[in-house]
Amino acid sequence: MRYNERELLCLARQPAEKAAEILMRVPKKGSGLKRRLVKLVVNFLFYFRTDEAEPIGALLLEHCRITKEEENVFSISFIEEPERKYCFECDSEEQCQEWIEALKRASYEFMRRSLIFYRNEIQKMTGKDPLEQYGISEEARFQLATRKQ
Amino acid sequence: MKLNERSVAHYATCDSPADHAGFLRQRVERHHHHGHHATSYQRRWFVLKGNLLFYFEERDSREPLGLVVLEGCTVELCEAAEEFAFAIRFDDAGAKACVLVADGQAAMEAWVKALSRASFDYMRLVVRELEKQLEEACKSLAACRKSPRRSGSGRKRHLSNPALGPVQEKPAALENGYCTWGSGGEPATPRCAEPASPAPSLPLPESPVSPETACFSKLHNWYGQEIALLRREWLQRQHRGHL
Repeated sequence: MRYNERELLCLARQPAEKAAEILMRVPKKGSGLKRRLVKLVVNFLFYFRTDEAEPIGALLLEHCRITKEEENVFSISFIEEPERKYCFECDSEEQCQEWIEALKRASYEFMRRSLIFYRNEIQKMTGKDPLEQYGISEEARFQLATRKQ
Repeated sequence: MKLNERSVAHYATCDSPADHAGFLRQRVERHHHHGHHATSYQRRWFVLKGNLLFYFEERDSREPLGLVVLEGCTVELCEAAEEFAFAIRFDDAGAKACVLVADGQAAMEAWVKALSRASFDYMRLVVRELEKQLEEACKSLAACRKSPRRSGSGRKRHLSNPALGPVQEKPAALENGYCTWGSGGEPATPRCAEPASPAPSLPLPESPVSPETACFSKLHNWYGQEIALLRREWLQRQHRGHL
């Protein structure tokens, strides 16, 4: 699958939502925990060798599951392959919880659900659609029901 | 650079709804020897989901041919040789623009609008605005009802909290962003309408604190001023994203 790698590399250089050096293990046979610079930018998690400017890889955080594993450890896996886990061992339980919270909220789909929820609640409470004044109430991306293509 | 391509492809083809879809012709440049290059337009099926634009060989293809990440880009009309052409230009200097051609004026306008609102930041902006509005609506409702219980518990509510109780029985694994659109994937909610429950204290430090208002009409007025300002900013952003 082709993708605009150059733009993704550019994105990796943007200010991060969250960044830290964390021990990471990829779901590849025989791979161990390696210290990586892990950086969350929009809905991508980039990971770098600690002394390199360009990331080794990126994970798109859509349709993923963030799981608390043992102490200080959490994992990221994807809906269609739940056994393939990217594992992260933090320096502390607190850091681990912070990352879990941040990653759970990092997806575009999560934001969309939040928006639809807020829109609904505001409409229930005030009787008005909060998106109307911005002229975007008909935008497909803000609709609750399944949209036609 | 590695990418979790299998998962990305799965996201592209799964049944979560697309924000826009349709046929577009994509400009393709092929470089031959002696510096000679040929430009052609390939008709492909495009699917926009969030900040990702996928393209497929055919409408019913099982896997995407490719993906355009829509961050750090602007969408503009394009004076190409083709009518109804528009371009996705990247902030990164020297990057090649992605030139696309729609079937007609209406299709072109719909695509440009959809793509210029596709960035993560735009969605985040709208979410934050609505979060504020909800907070204000809750406060004004509480004020109007002159509830004896004040919203002072200071308990943080995250969107992922499924219960009102003090201890949440969360399953060990919570799925992030997986929408089961068939069964309704709305996060469970604190009910702002009940005077007994505190207004949600939303975890955004940069939300401005609304002025102390006992009177609904004052709150309404202040609210209206902020909306006018935000609307201006939004129109500017839209304008930038368009032509």
